[in-house]
Amino acid sequence: MPARAWLGLLLLGLVLMPVGLKGYTIYIVSLAGANVLAAVGLNILMGYAGQVSIGQAAFLAIGGYTSALLMTELGLAFWIAFPFAGLITGITGLILFIPALRLSAIYLAIATLGFGAAVQQLIPLPYWSAILGGHEGIKVPRPSLGGFVFDTDLELYYLTLVIVLMLIALSQNVVRSYIGRAFIALRDKPAAAEALGINPTRYKAYAFFISAFLTGIAGALQAHIVGRISPGEFGLGKSIEIFAMVILGGIGSLPGSVLGALFLTFLPHWLSGAKQFYTFAYGAALVLVIIFMPYGVWGFFMRLYYRFPALQKLFAKGT
Amino acid sequence: MIEQYIVLGLAQGSLYALMALGMVLIFKTTDIVNFGQADMTMFSAYVGFTLMVGLGWPFWAALPLVIAFGFLLGIVVERLALRPAQQAPVVSLLIVTLGVALMLNAIASWIWGFDPKSLPYAISGPPVVLGNIILTRHDLVIFGTTILLSVGFFALLKFTKIGTAMRAAAQNRLGAQLLGIPVHRINMLSWGLGVALGAVAGVLIAPLVFLDLYVMVFVMLKGFAAAVLGGFTSLPGAIVGGLLVGLFESLLIAVPFELVNQLKETLVFVLIVVLLAVRPQGLLGEPIHRRV
Repeated sequence: MPARAWLGLLLLGLVLMPVGLKGYTIYIVSLAGANVLAAVGLNILMGYAGQVSIGQAAFLAIGGYTSALLMTELGLAFWIAFPFAGLITGITGLILFIPALRLSAIYLAIATLGFGAAVQQLIPLPYWSAILGGHEGIKVPRPSLGGFVFDTDLELYYLTLVIVLMLIALSQNVVRSYIGRAFIALRDKPAAAEALGINPTRYKAYAFFISAFLTGIAGALQAHIVGRISPGEFGLGKSIEIFAMVILGGIGSLPGSVLGALFLTFLPHWLSGAKQFYTFAYGAALVLVIIFMPYGVWGFFMRLYYRFPALQKLFAKGT
Repeated sequence: MIEQYIVLGLAQGSLYALMALGMVLIFKTTDIVNFGQADMTMFSAYVGFTLMVGLGWPFWAALPLVIAFGFLLGIVVERLALRPAQQAPVVSLLIVTLGVALMLNAIASWIWGFDPKSLPYAISGPPVVLGNIILTRHDLVIFGTTILLSVGFFALLKFTKIGTAMRAAAQNRLGAQLLGIPVHRINMLSWGLGVALGAVAGVLIAPLVFLDLYVMVFVMLKGFAAAVLGGFTSLPGAIVGGLLVGLFESLLIAVPFELVNQLKETLVFVLIVVLLAVRPQGLLGEPIHRRV
């Protein structure tokens, strides 16, 4: 069966999945969708462009607050506010691009860490608590299109599914295009890439914009699904969780990020029966995944795929 | 008045410096940023709590045992978690240290519970007055320990055979291995020493704050930022970075604007980023050469 047929089957599975699932589970799956976008956003920055960030939660917050405020304060419709939240977050992503011009690796990590801390500290300040709601946060309106309001878990799931699939397809195209190849070239051999006419400044800016855009959309999506947003959700812990999703899924592969995000979103729910062993089991899971799958879940699949010819036949064209 | 803030800032900075020193030592030889340093420090401080408060030992009797515990913890973590994962890229190893941190956090919550604990000062007694500076005796112990450990580690790396081996392993793993340096054992030693440094920092910080499962995370982040500011591969850099961050933080408290106090954490990072923008390799780090 060709890969295209498998993709169709996967799509059908995703459309039919809510059948027989409880409302709460569907809600968690939708949140996982938002996490998938955040992980894909960081993977483009980290895996393709080679720029480390441990402040991504800040972009989630900016996206979420922007989309909510554009709707409540300016009275914009969801379908305008939502993409605009992504664009505005993308532009704030350029704040990190400035230190990235001079800094790399661990030094850049500190700048992004500082950015994350700064945003989380700025949001609850009393000067704008009338709009941003201080530590309490604000209510986020339900998404709506035309006169239709998405307010059940099922409706939100399908909305999330469409948005996430569209943006994953877009991201996959971006990383396979000239831009993606330029990211990889600049990451692996900056001097050679420059000699070939790739402008490092411009492509670094692109990387930060795309990453912040996707993460902003993820934040907006999460805010609309939950219906509330408050600064407490966007601490260093969240940034590191997104970082872990990328690493566990497999750095430099978008399908990997999808798997990593799904895995880390569901892990707490699988472990919720473990009660006081929860934290221990979560930590142990992180250690064991890296020990047994050093290149992440996707890397592990790829190794299986190349080791067993039977699997390769399954995806071969024209059979 | 300002002298008081400077001295207090340097005392706080010394603790960041110790934290930074431990992380730099581990990074220098193994290329791993130990995100578990906070929880390893926390755990060691809890061991100190059991010895000093639970069993009533004096500080000076408990300290060697806490250091030994930290050293062992570092070795165990390297042997059981990081070495099995050594084929993974270094960014992935960061997640391993995070996983270990969560496991230690869970174990600490089983043993000591969630209530904050208070630890005694290293030396109690009336504060010392020098001109118009007032210092607690505990602050003096912090200064003394930091100076002693900085000089000690500098001497260890510079003048001993083990130190030379550690520097060789840091510069070129394969080359060092070919020369017969047991790189695995050197890694274990670095982890042991790095975590032991954290343990010392832990029992010195704990009396100043209420010890709970998470308090060390904030100290670690400052230590990490300080280490990066100093150059992250430079031990003197870690000390200088730590002192600078402590000093700056303390001077910000002295500024009589409410906004400045509210944004203290943010401003510390802004200063670090500005300093790094001027010197991208950190204050005392080796310049980054681009090989074509």
